[in-house]
Amino acid sequence: MSDVKSILMVGVGGQGTILAGKILSMGLMAAGYDVKMSEVHGMAQRGGSVSNQVRFGKKVYSPIIGKGQADILVAFEMMEAMRWLEYLKPGGKIVVNDFRIPSGPILIGACDYPEQVLESLKTKADTTVIQAGEIAKQIGNPRTMNLVLFGALVKGMNLTDIDFETEIAANVKPETLKLNLEAFRAGIAALEK
Amino acid sequence: MKKLLTGNEAIAQGAWEAGVMYACAYPGTPSTEILENIAEFKADIIAEWAPNEKVALETAAGASVFGARSLAAMKMVGVNVAADPLFSFAYSGVNGGMVLVSADDPGCHSSQDEQDNRYYAKFAKIAMVEPSDSQEAKDMVRVAMEISEDYDTPVLMRITTRICHSKSLVEIGPRQEVGKRPYVRDVNKYDLVPATARKRRVAVEKRVERLAEFSETTELNSIEWHDKKIGIVASGVGYQYAREVFGEAASYLKLGFTYPLPINKIRDFASQVETLYVVEELEPYIEEQLQAAGIACIGKAKVPKIGELTPDIIAKALKGETIPLVESDPSQVVARPPLLCAGCPHRGFFYELSKIKNLMITGDIGCYSLGGNEPLNAKDTCICMGASVSMGHGVQKISDRLGDATKVVAVIGDSTFFHSGMTSLLHVAYNRSNTVSVIMDNRITGMTGHQENPGTGFTLQGMPTKIADIPAIVKALGIDAIRVVNPLDLKESREALAWALSLDEPSVIITRWPCVLKKHSDADKQEFGNYIGTCRIDSAKCIGCKMCIKTGCPALRFDKAAKKASIDATQCVGCKVCLQVCPVKAISKVGE
Repeated sequence: MSDVKSILMVGVGGQGTILAGKILSMGLMAAGYDVKMSEVHGMAQRGGSVSNQVRFGKKVYSPIIGKGQADILVAFEMMEAMRWLEYLKPGGKIVVNDFRIPSGPILIGACDYPEQVLESLKTKADTTVIQAGEIAKQIGNPRTMNLVLFGALVKGMNLTDIDFETEIAANVKPETLKLNLEAFRAGIAALEK
Repeated sequence: MKKLLTGNEAIAQGAWEAGVMYACAYPGTPSTEILENIAEFKADIIAEWAPNEKVALETAAGASVFGARSLAAMKMVGVNVAADPLFSFAYSGVNGGMVLVSADDPGCHSSQDEQDNRYYAKFAKIAMVEPSDSQEAKDMVRVAMEISEDYDTPVLMRITTRICHSKSLVEIGPRQEVGKRPYVRDVNKYDLVPATARKRRVAVEKRVERLAEFSETTELNSIEWHDKKIGIVASGVGYQYAREVFGEAASYLKLGFTYPLPINKIRDFASQVETLYVVEELEPYIEEQLQAAGIACIGKAKVPKIGELTPDIIAKALKGETIPLVESDPSQVVARPPLLCAGCPHRGFFYELSKIKNLMITGDIGCYSLGGNEPLNAKDTCICMGASVSMGHGVQKISDRLGDATKVVAVIGDSTFFHSGMTSLLHVAYNRSNTVSVIMDNRITGMTGHQENPGTGFTLQGMPTKIADIPAIVKALGIDAIRVVNPLDLKESREALAWALSLDEPSVIITRWPCVLKKHSDADKQEFGNYIGTCRIDSAKCIGCKMCIKTGCPALRFDKAAKKASIDATQCVGCKVCLQVCPVKAISKVGE
């Protein structure tokens, strides 16, 4: 179609996908790209499945990613990777957090959390599993998990030349900056292995 | 300077740049952030939350008639509420420019229907603009204000979820101070008694003719020539999708001014291309008018009218392209419906409600609509703002007349009660039905993300204000049986319901506890304190009965293998609802 790249971040309401999308978009904008980003508010915030879509290039038209169009799918929760899989371009990359958030039907015992998510994903696309929850915990704050995943995304899309650290500084509370930067760098390192 | 803005933020910026002096709205996804962002321009714009959309539009109409540029914003179903003043204000016309922003929600992301509000412009005979990205959304506010004043018409700006909530680059400009126009009494224009209305009816038709001429020449409707085999007429985000899919393999007539349509320009464009497609989300609004004008085109025969459009849907519909997909494995995915939050004050009351037999529960619009989901299952109906109370009345009247055992409980939130539940409750009191109306007062407008309302004590721009007293309002409407309960106290809730259902008169239960996500005001802290501590389950005592699980709290989980329930301490806020339902006292609170 064009030089436009499409990044799909998915997760569960409250996981910080929106902040990651914001930092990503601001960094891309500062680097001179045309950028469009799309997210859904409202009902989805109440523990539902959420997506954040970022598209960038010389000139971007559609703000949303159609099925089969995402260059990378970054899942903040592993079952969400499977839910959104049809949006991945064949040959595209998956970065999936080894992290489970049981949904309503699982909580009430009506179904089990699926056991083969990661194995199944690996048979379908180039999949990197990342222990973002563990990494964030080691850094000292489990809430920095979104920055770990954001770092992995930046590495996965080969965007490490862009100065995202400035954008992180502009978008997180000063007292959490050090940990957030550590999380971001740990995310990049996790994908270098 | 360029900024990355959502369409809603861009409209706020546009309103400021266009010299708007007054803006008003009732919150509703996907429109809410328009007024939240306008409110930031405190020095230049008076920005207010109205109790409902009709009031919002009327206040903006008043500001306009007095000579100020004004704006009202609402989600699409809000325009139904505001339709009465809209159609008449369309007759009287404006003094200062007036723009009504309608945010439609194709795909029903956060709505109860999928209506296409472009028909309102045609129906009310007012000008309409449709931006396709944030830059256009910002620019079109200013242009719409000029059209409004030049043609003496309110202007409908129709946007959709993807315009509202997508960010794109916007060039920021300075404010244009237009000041207030003088107001001179003109009863032949603004006082729509029948004699005036008949004259204005003629003026409206003349206005539509003049606007049709404008539509032919305005740059808002522009042609982009490429390959002429395919021509595409498109508006809104539909243009962006079509442009993405066809690239330079088609020519485009992009419509930004969509009522009245530039029929001659479209006819001319159509004559120069081999095949003409119309790409529009939802209804065949443009297509119908082209067909009525005898312009051959292909639209809804191929492009779906149900749901949102996406680039891949257009590629499939118009190019026959099947995009290869990575197939998902459905066995490895479980549904993830939205849930009432851990600690939500609605949960306890719904839990008690769900246990009562022979009950019909009429619901309303807000977070508490989730009370109808598994495992609470405590709801029968939900159609629109305020309908819980009035629908409940209709049910109860027939049930009682026929000697049916069915009793009705209507469930409505505080903001929804102020919006249009008050008139419904007045009907209940006046016509005496034995319904139980429950006003779930969580001290904030919750679902749309915490907006102030007449009950919270603050205005949109942060000024302390008079707090509307719900029990006093209920009493004044003519209800004598009123109880205020703490919904986290199951015994209190249970007893209030039993009491209300035993009465031979209409009653109201007010559940009063703040939304768990609300930032407590000083008054809240004084009345409710802070959440301290969490609940935990003693695994040795747990008998695996799942009673706690039936409260539907996302902090609770059940281990099928071990047959034990547990609590996720990171989510639990210690509301103690689960503690009250446990039959073996296995749940205790720690950290208090």
